[in-house]
Amino acid sequence: MKSVLARKAPPERTRSDTAPSPRGAARRWATGLGLLLLATFLYRNLEWFSVWLPGRLGLDPASHLTSSLSFFLYEAPKVLLLLIGVVFAVGIVRSFFTPQQTRRLLAGRREAAGNVLAALLGIVTPFCSCSAVPLFIGFVTTGVPLGVTFSFLISAPMVNEVALVLLWGLFGWKIAALYLITGLTVARVSGWVIGRLHLERWVESWVYRAAPGTGPQSGDAEAHLRWTDRIERGRAAVIDVVGKVWPFILAGIAIGAGIHGYVPRDFLAGIMGKDAWWSVPVAVLIGVPMYSNAAGIIPIVQALLEKGAALGTALAFMMSVIALSLPEMIILRKVLRIQLILVFAGVVALGILIVGYLFNLLI
Amino acid sequence: MSTVQVLGPGCKNCQILYERTQQATQEIGLSCQIEKITDMETIVGLGVLSTPALVVDGALRLQGRVPTVEQLKEILA
Repeated sequence: MKSVLARKAPPERTRSDTAPSPRGAARRWATGLGLLLLATFLYRNLEWFSVWLPGRLGLDPASHLTSSLSFFLYEAPKVLLLLIGVVFAVGIVRSFFTPQQTRRLLAGRREAAGNVLAALLGIVTPFCSCSAVPLFIGFVTTGVPLGVTFSFLISAPMVNEVALVLLWGLFGWKIAALYLITGLTVARVSGWVIGRLHLERWVESWVYRAAPGTGPQSGDAEAHLRWTDRIERGRAAVIDVVGKVWPFILAGIAIGAGIHGYVPRDFLAGIMGKDAWWSVPVAVLIGVPMYSNAAGIIPIVQALLEKGAALGTALAFMMSVIALSLPEMIILRKVLRIQLILVFAGVVALGILIVGYLFNLLI
Repeated sequence: MSTVQVLGPGCKNCQILYERTQQATQEIGLSCQIEKITDMETIVGLGVLSTPALVVDGALRLQGRVPTVEQLKEILA
């Protein structure tokens, strides 16, 4: 609801507004640059601010409350600033990709290379889980192998910009890169395994009968978008995505802040530490039915890590929450038999399990 | 009299597109019939890969995103 209101708030552009005019363009660039400088300034001074404000309020610097409050005051604006920047950039990048192009790139690919490409395209192709069914049918009926289609469907929600930003902001770029690489690997390998199992018989039979209209490939004139249009897409993505996830992020960081301030250090080492071998499967089992977006879960995971949870366990938990969601499986039930959905969930869960153990062993 | 079809399984984005299409046609005074299509086979049959999508007089004009009312007016005009 919020995002709808937000989208209506700025005055709608008229045609003459989007037409290239040098003065308008200069003004827009200046605004953009100004915003960037302002954001950088805020970002640089957050640490100072998060200590200054509680002191100013007369709170005891050593108390649990101050510790929680400082954590929140530092993390919440930082993550939101990063999120706005990255979602904007990703919005622009996505304007260069359409599902049609992705399908053309994937059709008729050999499996191994196709899985890699599909997982990568999953990151940049605009995709919402409501579109999972038409996309699935459009892919498999035009020569994209089943396993390659799955690689795409696994990677698209799992390796998303919101998850990467949160990981980057809260854990640093190394963990974000690790998540990116392992997420892509899980998508690639799981898709490949599903392809090797030749499970086409578990796709609902009407799917292959539904001859997809090739129709006009793109009636949206995506090919000749101007830069102002692409920037507009970035802006729309910020309003849409950030407008949707900010309450989750704030709630997640608030819970994380509570854990940070009040839970004793190493409290979780016993149950979520490296030595508890069963913690990885339990984390995955808890994570699968939980359908939260990355936004809500990652700040909590950060606080858990700080209190002694092992990285592999935390990563496995995060991936299973984000990648395997019940609503998406229910949507896919329209095109897949229940057996194939179970295989899909099982293969992905197994992949996540391996990732979890691997990290607990290596790090 | 033209036919405008809004395609999508009925999630929030499709609903928004439907409402904006109604608003856009009213504002430019286009007399048309706006149809909502939720049947998956029909949607796929029209070559749609991502929803929501907009079909005007049988031609697919937009898919996979929710445009503003102004953008819709340009498309429908």
